[in-house]
Amino acid sequence: MTQLQPSTPATEQEAIPFLDVRNLSVKFPTDDGLVSAVNGMDFSLQRGQTLGIVGESGSGKSVTSQALMGLLKGTSAQVSGQALFQGRDLVTLPESGMRRLRGRNIGMIFQDPLSALHPFYTVGHQIAEAYLVHNSATRKQARAAAVEMLGRVGIPSPEQRFDEYPHHFSGGMRQRAMIAMALICEPELLIADEPTTALDVTVQAQILDLMAELQAETNSALILITHDLGVVAEVCDSVLVMYGGQCVESGAVDEIFYDTRHPYTLGLLKSMPTLNSSSGRLSPIPGQPPSLLDLPAGCIFSSRCEYAALAGDGVCREQRPALQAENGHGTRCHLSGPQITTIRNSR
Amino acid sequence: MDNQAILQVENLQKHFPVKGGLFSPDSSRAAKAVKAVDGVSFSLERGQTLGLVGESGCGKSTTGRMISRLLDPTGGRIMVDGADISQLRGRELYNFRRKVQMIFQDPFASLNPRQTVGTAIAAPMVAQRINPAGGLKNRVKELLDQVGLKPEHYNRFPHEFSGGQRQRVGIARAISLNPSVIVCDEPVSALDVSVQAQVVNLLQEIQRDTGVAYIFIAHDLSVVRHISHQVAVMYLGKIVEQGSRDELFRDPRHPYTQALLSAVPLPDPRAARRQQKIRLRGDLPSPANPPSGCVFRTRCPLIGTLPEEQQQHCISEIPAPAGPAAPACHHAGLAAAVAAGVQ
Repeated sequence: MTQLQPSTPATEQEAIPFLDVRNLSVKFPTDDGLVSAVNGMDFSLQRGQTLGIVGESGSGKSVTSQALMGLLKGTSAQVSGQALFQGRDLVTLPESGMRRLRGRNIGMIFQDPLSALHPFYTVGHQIAEAYLVHNSATRKQARAAAVEMLGRVGIPSPEQRFDEYPHHFSGGMRQRAMIAMALICEPELLIADEPTTALDVTVQAQILDLMAELQAETNSALILITHDLGVVAEVCDSVLVMYGGQCVESGAVDEIFYDTRHPYTLGLLKSMPTLNSSSGRLSPIPGQPPSLLDLPAGCIFSSRCEYAALAGDGVCREQRPALQAENGHGTRCHLSGPQITTIRNSR
Repeated sequence: MDNQAILQVENLQKHFPVKGGLFSPDSSRAAKAVKAVDGVSFSLERGQTLGLVGESGCGKSTTGRMISRLLDPTGGRIMVDGADISQLRGRELYNFRRKVQMIFQDPFASLNPRQTVGTAIAAPMVAQRINPAGGLKNRVKELLDQVGLKPEHYNRFPHEFSGGQRQRVGIARAISLNPSVIVCDEPVSALDVSVQAQVVNLLQEIQRDTGVAYIFIAHDLSVVRHISHQVAVMYLGKIVEQGSRDELFRDPRHPYTQALLSAVPLPDPRAARRQQKIRLRGDLPSPANPPSGCVFRTRCPLIGTLPEEQQQHCISEIPAPAGPAAPACHHAGLAAAVAAGVQ
């Protein structure tokens, strides 16, 4: 397949990240005021890597992905910052340029395959459409490509399934069809927004295996958005934990799970029942996430943080901490490293 | 009274008739049925929790709805406190309602948006014509306090609450009649993890204080493990394995239970890399047309390893229903050996 990448020398491509997001912010004007959904996100990603974005509902993870896909263009959303994808800024790229990238270079898998597939068109038609738009191919060639793709995502008798409608498919099959649609042009970047949340665990396991397999085949980069820390632990190379539209902690997956640095991440891990835990009380994070209409001046997590007093002088309530990185492990917290270590070990 | 079963379900069935549509090629309009629940038996003791797990479409919600008599069973018995309630009608059914209550999955859909929270919580007591000592309003305020809300929330509307708070309202409503059994249908699935833990803790506190028994229906096995005393695993309308929580999770004996447990993603990257996975092929068969013999045979990872003769046995013979002692599998011993080999 022909590559539409700008012709950069191999050495230079190593140096600059494949995707580089700097200070990305998204605000929505509403009748009640300005909703700050995403506040200054920074991250980068290399080809072949999987980045997990975790957070609870309203933490801004889906809005981040929509901003990257240019899906907020033409809405009232105010997007600022920079998102360089192979040297092109996705934030300022006009819609026409975005259309050429979407599906071709950046694919997206949505959470709910039933509402993301059009009920009036056959599944095959919808998959072949993406191929037709981006390649100068005949309908016959597009059909052949779509049938092949359906087979690759593990749908039995793809030739026959091509002509069926979404309602003929089960939930797992529909998600496979969505993946086929996203991958038919072999995009270099795939954004999957809660791809398995609507599925049962056994089917979820199949889909996650499939995505990892296809990713290895095409050496694409994957951004996996999820609220399930289990999924993150299984699939991701690096993790970004979001809270109130900010990244509160980021780093390699093992660092996040075994050398947790942010009280929110600690609380999240602690509040999950696991298959190995004996019963007893769970330790929930007290309180509710802050309103995005009126974010606190200090650390966004301070109102729910048990350790805010440790930092002293009310600094947590007054000053917003910066994201401090050490060996690629970033955290946004006023507490010192030794303080965090003590807290982690005491739990 | 300690060991007496508060709820006993025997051979419970629910068949939904499928009528051929106007354009159905099946002109005979034969009386076909979707066997949503097909011969389920279990018992639940006072103050205990039975976790009901399985994939979507396995019949776990239908079972819960029959126990609370939101659906009429096709067959079988439901004994609550020693009396069969599966066929109650009229006045008797009305009186039964206060014994079994329900908590629903979606706290956004299960509360009337035009009703204040106070009215919603009082509704069961009004319907049952109960006049608590000290007045209805005081009782509602007590209940609000019991579920961790504030008395001043009485006059608020559901939209003013977060998901976790709404679920607390649902819980207050369910416990208002002091039921013996509460059927919790995916009560925490719609909530974020940090809030989910708050609600799970609340449910456990209420159980400790009031001795209520829960049927806890969920697809999240970690939550089920945390809250349940007994666990029953359902597949295509049947219970394939049941037993005490610790035994079932430590030593699953039905190949389906094994696959289900191994599919749960672990929030522990190192363990996840080590773990050997049993992967099921394909999807759940349609309950309108279930496989002959063992319902699990079409996806069973074990069946391919069996000699021809035994495979035929799985295809033709229905395994005995799962009891506390044995899973519903012809080759449970082999399944256990395979699982031991995997780990």
